[in-house]
Amino acid sequence: MKHKVATTINGHRHEHEVEPRLLLVHYIRDVVGLTGTHIGCDTSQCGACTILVDGKAIKSCTMFAVQSEGKSLTTIEGMAQDGKLHPLQQAFWDEHGLQCGYCTPGFIMAAAYLLSQNPNPTDDEIRQGLEGNLCRCTGYVNIVKSVRSAAATMGGAQAKPAAKSVAGRS
Amino acid sequence: MIPAAFEYARAASIDEAAKLLDKYGEDAKVLAGGHSLIPLMRLRLAQPSALVDINGIKGLDYIKVEGSKVHVGALTRHVEIQNSDAIKDKLPILAEVAGEVGDNQVRNMGTIGGVVAHADAAGDYPTIALILDADIVTNKRSIPAKDFFKDLFTTPLAANEIVTEVVFPVADGPHKYIKFRRRLFDWAIVGAAAQKMNGGWRIGLTNVGPTPVRAKAVEEALHKGAKPEEASQHASDGLNPSGDLRASPEYKKHLARVLTRRAIEQSA
Ligand SMILES: Cc1cc2nc3c(=O)[nH]c(=O)nc-3n(C[C@H](O)[C@H](O)[C@H](O)COP(=O)(O)OP(=O)(O)OC[C@H]3O[C@@H](n4cnc5c(N)ncnc54)[C@H](O)[C@@H]3O)c2cc1C
Ligand code: FES
Ligand code: FES
Repeated sequence: MKHKVATTINGHRHEHEVEPRLLLVHYIRDVVGLTGTHIGCDTSQCGACTILVDGKAIKSCTMFAVQSEGKSLTTIEGMAQDGKLHPLQQAFWDEHGLQCGYCTPGFIMAAAYLLSQNPNPTDDEIRQGLEGNLCRCTGYVNIVKSVRSAAATMGGAQAKPAAKSVAGRS
Repeated sequence: MIPAAFEYARAASIDEAAKLLDKYGEDAKVLAGGHSLIPLMRLRLAQPSALVDINGIKGLDYIKVEGSKVHVGALTRHVEIQNSDAIKDKLPILAEVAGEVGDNQVRNMGTIGGVVAHADAAGDYPTIALILDADIVTNKRSIPAKDFFKDLFTTPLAANEIVTEVVFPVADGPHKYIKFRRRLFDWAIVGAAAQKMNGGWRIGLTNVGPTPVRAKAVEEALHKGAKPEEASQHASDGLNPSGDLRASPEYKKHLARVLTRRAIEQSA
């Protein structure tokens, strides 16, 4: 039996009928059409699928879409505001925090959560905070640098996810 | 990887959850944080006919200190245990352990009730529950931890039985949990816990057998005045761990001894 799921994703309301077994990441990518959230491992290890649910970082491959009923979701597409990159996105660009970029959306969402909890993390705290995300090509040095730099730009201000903008079908 | 199809229902109360479990029958399962169940379902190692989602049950996530007991509601997430001032004050080893479970994303979802009900040999809280003589409380009864972890993934829980809370004694003395793993967020290859309580030591081991182990021989040796390095030699007494991709049985026994010594020495 299908179930209704109504959520707010990056400030937009979405409502669909879905099978209970549909994973949230598949819902976001295939039903809503936001493909910035990646699937890296499908075994809950790599963090590529990380998004924010009610402000908390979670692995969207380890949650069913039906569980997001009534919740507010932020994906990588919700980070830039009015065509201006979020400080984390800008910092990953400036500090070469990515090579192929496959892991990057997950890292940025996990980092946004980290900075919302701890606006001025030490390098150790950044590494701890990103322990659930794997990168297979950049190595972690530039990723840590990027998060440190974004924290400085944000001046300790909280990472505020978007309330509007973003493409996506509903 | 796509799980097999299942029926899904949200429960608003424990009673409703129990009724739904009855209705769907033996192959139905509770869905809490989903961080053990969903990975298994994706691999189709678990194919429940129905999931009863208990995440909407109000008042099942709490941390309450009452007299000499600390009550932790089944739906309490790892992150809440990790950051709770009450836990840091009255049961600091549990906050330490919670901070070592998985990663931020896992800790934002996973629950203490899920860890104990799942009874994975590498689960971290069961070791603490065992050595502290915690009680696992369900909608039907209260079960002492020593009778709860019966075998690998095996507990006395009936199909329609729901864990509602875990009750620990206050334990605010020196303690340490050491987890040996190759990646930060991984499960323990072996874990060792040391807690000083009522003048004596409680020593426990994670992932050296199908269930958590209380290292009584180490406790007794310490009681008789042995130094940590001598006492910890007994940590592998009677152990018969199975080997896996990450460690041979011999290596696990070695880790049990070494980590036990470190846990005692580093207890603070
Ligand atoms: C990448 C990763 C790393 C991890 N690392 C660790 C680790 O280092 N240490 C560790 O201990 N765990 C680890 N975990 C597991 C995590 O802690 C899980 O959250 C936990 O094992 C299960 O809790 P849950 O709330 O997610 O339960 P679920 O996955 O929802 O449920 C697990 C089982 O318990 C049953 N169940 C759940 N709640 C109840 C209840 N209240 N009453 C009756 N039955 C119930 C379910 O039916 C199911 O059979 C890791 C998980 C991942 C994905
Ligand atoms: S795809 Fe979700 S953790 Fe790797
Ligand atoms: S940039 Fe390629 S996996 Fe991280």
